[in-house]
Amino acid sequence: MVEFRVFRFDPEKNKEPEFQSYEFDPYKGMTILEGLYYILENLDSSLAFRSSCREAVCGSCAMHINGIYRLACKTQIEILKSPITIRPLSHLPVIKDLVVDLTPFFNHFKEIKPYLIPKESPPEKEYIQSVKEREKINDWLDCILCGACYGSCPVCAQDDKYLGPHALLKALRFVDDSRDGGAKERIAFVTQNSGVFRCHTIFNCREVCPKDLDPTKAIAKLKLKAVFKKF
Amino acid sequence: MLFHEVLIIGGGLAGLRAAIEVAEMGRDVAVVSKIHPMRSHSGEAQGGINASLANVEKGKEDSKEKHWYDTVKGSDFLADQDASEILTAQAPEVIFEMEHWGCPFSRTPEGKIAQRPFGGAGLPRTCYAADKTGLYLLQTVWEQNIKHNVKVYEEWVVLGLATEDGKCCGVVSMDFLSGELIAIGANAVIFATGGIGRIYANTTNAITNTGLAISIPYWVGVPLKDMEFIQFHPTSLARTHILMTEGCRGEGGYLRNKDGERFMSRYVSEKVMELGPRDIVARSIQTEINEGRGFPDGTVHLDLTHLGAKKILERLPGIRDICMNFIGIDPIYEPIPITPGMHYIMGGIETDKDGQTPMEGFLAAGECACISTHGANRLGGNSLLETVVFGERAGKKAGEYVKDKDKKTKTKALEDALKREQDTIEKFRKGGGEENPYKIKDELAKLMVKRFGLFRQEKDMKTGLEEIRKLKERFKKIRPVFGGKVFNLDLLSFYEIKANLDAAEAEAVSAIARKETRGSHYRTDFNKRDDENWLKHTLATYTPEGPKLSYKPVTITKFQPEVRKY
Repeated sequence: MVEFRVFRFDPEKNKEPEFQSYEFDPYKGMTILEGLYYILENLDSSLAFRSSCREAVCGSCAMHINGIYRLACKTQIEILKSPITIRPLSHLPVIKDLVVDLTPFFNHFKEIKPYLIPKESPPEKEYIQSVKEREKINDWLDCILCGACYGSCPVCAQDDKYLGPHALLKALRFVDDSRDGGAKERIAFVTQNSGVFRCHTIFNCREVCPKDLDPTKAIAKLKLKAVFKKF
Repeated sequence: MLFHEVLIIGGGLAGLRAAIEVAEMGRDVAVVSKIHPMRSHSGEAQGGINASLANVEKGKEDSKEKHWYDTVKGSDFLADQDASEILTAQAPEVIFEMEHWGCPFSRTPEGKIAQRPFGGAGLPRTCYAADKTGLYLLQTVWEQNIKHNVKVYEEWVVLGLATEDGKCCGVVSMDFLSGELIAIGANAVIFATGGIGRIYANTTNAITNTGLAISIPYWVGVPLKDMEFIQFHPTSLARTHILMTEGCRGEGGYLRNKDGERFMSRYVSEKVMELGPRDIVARSIQTEINEGRGFPDGTVHLDLTHLGAKKILERLPGIRDICMNFIGIDPIYEPIPITPGMHYIMGGIETDKDGQTPMEGFLAAGECACISTHGANRLGGNSLLETVVFGERAGKKAGEYVKDKDKKTKTKALEDALKREQDTIEKFRKGGGEENPYKIKDELAKLMVKRFGLFRQEKDMKTGLEEIRKLKERFKKIRPVFGGKVFNLDLLSFYEIKANLDAAEAEAVSAIARKETRGSHYRTDFNKRDDENWLKHTLATYTPEGPKLSYKPVTITKFQPEVRKY
């Protein structure tokens, strides 16, 4: 038997959130997400949570599970100690149960102009980018915008204008792309008051990232580039 | 009531690509998406996207025509050749466009877009970005949508279409975060809602890929085409059915049975081996398992161990992550246990080569549409291509169509449609008995695997159809919906299960009728292709008593049907 202690809040019914417990027999290999579906389909069909791909690539199901921000789909029940406490992402308004309002998170992302600003007009075929140049951006590509880093970041908790690890990582992805011509503008933008220098280098984002990305390192690189004007 | 000139339903690759096109034409466009665009199933595509770029030595001889021929042959000659020609002829330019927008493709030593071999093609034609091609393409088109400031109604679920005088004039949608029903008027609606994988228990598809993707237009009279053609991917991870990209075999991976034998030599030529087309490789794997040469857990092995750590880390890092996280196996050292899994539906909403359906003002693109470029079997790497090529075309067609139309909401039709959905929800809230909806969902998904799987025969399929109809009867006696208005997954499930049942029924009736074997539709009781009687597309039209079938000819422009051998 396993016990899930799930954060519950229904804006139509509750003034305050509460925890509700559910017990069931997990099968071998069952994930937290499969457990939540088990509850939804068998024990309590009023439960709200997000999910889609169930293979750690869509970013829907980041939540706080036994003290760590992680993807519910990628987390096996058997590695955790029961009761398993499940809360929504932090620093974001709760809509219902485990579903939070990600608007601030996505707004910050859009602020950094998250699209290629071409350096030159496109050639007839592809831009030529060497294997080495492509390697330079390889570590910044896999963000699935799940929000685990944002939820874990104490600066995001205090400063709702702070761009956040996800947006800054994306900024570096373009600064480092040999095809992008917006480096100067991008660096200027991320060095403003709510940008890279608000980061306290606490490494939470790096610790929780379910795709093993390192936003702390990305932010440090942006700081270096800003200080030494290397871009 | 809201209004947009063009309304696109679905925020995956096809929908977002269509949106860019309409925005660039200066028309008022919005996207309505059940989930945030970056959560779309397009992002799970792994291996790549086909185009005859001839960027690598072994693919030097490639051409648009070869790509076209391979696609038609792969389709077992059911593809409409004018549509496949567009798909393959436009492939290079759409890929360059994605690259110009910043898609981080992997590179050749010369700095060009890298290409790898895929099944059903004799040479490396599949452009890739490691094994995350879908994710990076999705990022790229979404980024361009941000750049174009396209309005996206995120987490709004479309529940029904509004029609007037046989024309589509908008949708009824639910803001899932508040539960409010809202009608949105439009002069053109494009469905880009993806596949219906979840009607099968063994699918590689996301949880969000349900029958709702195609049933909404089906319910208001738009026919579904070629629903009997379901693709089973040869390699889905044991138990979870998470996709293991064809790129694994493209990079040199082997398939082995319990005796360690590379069994593909029994089914295709030594030259082709693991890189046969998906229908044939999937059936070969299932035959090994059925004849007792699988492992005790009902799998065979996808063996990458001989590729070495460097190649796996560089080209297949996502596959390795999935194996380690979901079944605790590191493919650098151990083979991957796999089975075939339902992956893609070749059929879907009937459209012409511009995405236009038989209903004026209503278009479709991507997996939900059947154009038909894939015929009876799609080649790996052609579905990402389809989303961008035909997303763009549908966008262009819709943009042109709305040019001279009044920007006015058809209030009466939208109010009627809104009322219809309010009534449906009220009925669901009242309930009709005590049936558990999720039991119905699970039973359907299991019977589809059993009765409409890789090998089909009349008796089984007829039993299957009876079972589907019994489930439809039980659905009428369903328990009331739980919970309030906000983010009500239970209510959405009611809609989706109803849609799953109707989509499954359309597939079942179409499959029983087609008395031949073609591509993915393999019948043990009619195991030959029959061009004389069956070189035609199936159309299933909704009636309350069940789907009504009719047929339409296949467009053949260049390649005469021939024996399909690999």
